[in-house]
Amino acid sequence: MSLHLWIIPLLPLAGAAINGLLGKHFPKSLVNTIALGSTAAAFAYALWVAVRFLGLPADQIPHIERYATWMTAGTFSAEFGTYLDQLSLVMLLVVSGVGFVIHIYSVGYMEHEGGYYRYFAYLNIFMFFMLTLVLANNYLFMFVGWEGVGLASYLLIGFWFLKDSAANAGKKAFITNRVGDFGFLIALFLLIKHFGTLQYDTVFKALAAYPVEASAGLLTAVGLLMMVGATGKSAQIPLYVWLPDAMEGPTPVSALIHAATMVTAGVYMVARSNPVFNRAPIALLVVAIIGTLTAIFAASIGILQTDIKKVLAYSTVSQLGYMFMGCGVAAYGAGIFHLMTHAFFKALLFLCSGAIIHSLSGEQDMRNMGGLRKYMPYTFWTMTIATFTISGFPPLAAFFSKDEILWKTWASGNHVLWLIGVIAAAMTAFYMFRLWFMTFFGEYRGAPAENSGHGHDAHDSHGNHGHAGPHESPMVMIVPLMILAVLCVVGGWVGVPAALGGSDRFDHFLDPVFHSTAERAPGAETAALPAEGHEDHEEASTEYLFMGISVAAAAIGFLGAWFLYYKRTDLPTKMAEGAGGLYRLVLDKYRIDELYGATIIQPIILASTNILWKGIDATLIDGAVNESAAGAQDVSDGLRHMQSGNIRSYAGWVAFGAAVVIAFMVWRGVR
Amino acid sequence: MVPLSYYLVLSAILFACGVAGFLIKRNIITIFMSIELMLNAVNLTFVSFAAEWRALSGHVFVFFVMVVAAAEAAVGLAIIISVFRTRETLNVDRVNLLKL
Repeated sequence: MSLHLWIIPLLPLAGAAINGLLGKHFPKSLVNTIALGSTAAAFAYALWVAVRFLGLPADQIPHIERYATWMTAGTFSAEFGTYLDQLSLVMLLVVSGVGFVIHIYSVGYMEHEGGYYRYFAYLNIFMFFMLTLVLANNYLFMFVGWEGVGLASYLLIGFWFLKDSAANAGKKAFITNRVGDFGFLIALFLLIKHFGTLQYDTVFKALAAYPVEASAGLLTAVGLLMMVGATGKSAQIPLYVWLPDAMEGPTPVSALIHAATMVTAGVYMVARSNPVFNRAPIALLVVAIIGTLTAIFAASIGILQTDIKKVLAYSTVSQLGYMFMGCGVAAYGAGIFHLMTHAFFKALLFLCSGAIIHSLSGEQDMRNMGGLRKYMPYTFWTMTIATFTISGFPPLAAFFSKDEILWKTWASGNHVLWLIGVIAAAMTAFYMFRLWFMTFFGEYRGAPAENSGHGHDAHDSHGNHGHAGPHESPMVMIVPLMILAVLCVVGGWVGVPAALGGSDRFDHFLDPVFHSTAERAPGAETAALPAEGHEDHEEASTEYLFMGISVAAAAIGFLGAWFLYYKRTDLPTKMAEGAGGLYRLVLDKYRIDELYGATIIQPIILASTNILWKGIDATLIDGAVNESAAGAQDVSDGLRHMQSGNIRSYAGWVAFGAAVVIAFMVWRGVR
Repeated sequence: MVPLSYYLVLSAILFACGVAGFLIKRNIITIFMSIELMLNAVNLTFVSFAAEWRALSGHVFVFFVMVVAAAEAAVGLAIIISVFRTRETLNVDRVNLLKL
């Protein structure tokens, strides 16, 4: 039985092709119909696939479809094929579902922008590549999607390419990702070298049969290199620097690509490669450490940002850190669970911030907002839900997912990582409520009614439709907010842990993906087996305690933000004035960009300029060409004088030549 | 009997005279005569060897060279007259339009 999974990515591709090639002459309504229709169809088909998938007998999972051989080289071959198991099903539904919702929202957000058809063509091509990434049945085909989403991300970050900062941000994202992709590619080469294939099923089966002693070094290398790829795509230390800059793109793009879907590709890849990581405990530990450090590092930067989208960008980096933290303690289910809830609440947060930016004619600085509660009630309430969700208050989605990650981190014995995670959770609550209070409470601090030119994201828009001060968004933008808000509330209920009377359904659903293929990594035993029924009463009570701690951390963050940004709004300024070097350092985002600039980019530029350009290219290559030309000219110039036109000199040369020949013959003897 | 080497030395002297005249003189007619001198120096070599070894081909070759020299004289003198008519000089250094 075939589910014809190829239809799912091809629908958005068709939409992108039609809109991209012909859309210039289409009216907006037709562009909308094609873009939204193809995405909606993909989502609907994905839902149908989900229903059919749940009816499959266990021995037919994973469901693999093979369509054609893509390339053959010696014994290696790659194919076009799809791979559907519980993991890719979750990703499929999240990507197509959230993607569709954000398509709807974009109709309202981009209404007054030029390049409308171009925007939707890019968005659709992103959907195509993302679905390819999720559905591919081998690493190489996945890599196509992996690079493709990078391309779509580049195009959409630089959507307003006339603006230098946007064009530069796009380049930065693309180049930073190249660094990560380099690592990922080497990991793939290693896999090809040792297993001769990149098919998931073959590689994982071969891995299970591979002797542990022989595989440790290899798999650690593969795991670490894959993690390099994941740090690029999923914006982890040390390659996270592109994500905050990526906020130059339109806000729905930030929501879809740079929060909900593309940046989670690294998490998906790590979870997908769990047989590799399970047998490479060092690589797994590195994943956990990088994730945890990123979580707290980005959260601390987010605390002092004043640009509403930058706060959310650092928040995304931080939440991705949590996902890697979960994966790193071999709790892949928890990581993917957080990926799903994060897709809901972070998309909602971005779309709400987009609604605010839209309504304030492109204002992004929170210091110029405030009091928006009165003007934008729908946005306020959905944003409130999202803020409480990300902070981890029960019974909202992120409470369950984040708590599961933290609990499993503790249970795996990584107590330090757990502590850092809890502190980061408190910071998360603090900066999110800071954003919430600064935006919606107090008095409106922006400029009063402004009737002049109007643009979003500081972009000069072409339409002037008489905005007068903050106002609520049109329905086409509010409805997506509501859909996502509902998901934020109920999304976590699929994974209520056993300790709270639930059954951890989400984890059990994913169990076949993560528990069957290989044995667990040492040190992750406790985390690996919470579902196998040895969770006794004592452990449950410990789990209550940890939930309590998580909620308390969130509450501390809330109270801190409430005190500083609602009760005593004069305090932050005073504290900033009295603050020392650390404050300035955090405000400057730890000057990481400057550090990279000084240690990596400048040396590369200098070396490229002086060695590659002036040294090798200008001197060696150009020099060789120019010198050989000049040499030929010099020789010819010398020879030219022989051709004087003087007959007697010609005759002299003839006589001279004859004399030479005769002398030679005399010397060698005539035969 | 006169030894062969005498003939050859005489021939070499004649040839060297021809070459020297060819290189030194500027008058085309003198150069032309130098060429004839060189041809006949070669002819002398041919007939000397032919007489020495009693081989007929040397004699035959001399006749061929004479024929060529006669033809050359006819064509060459025609060219010289033509050059003199157009340029009114026989100085070979001034007949140099073919140079680069």
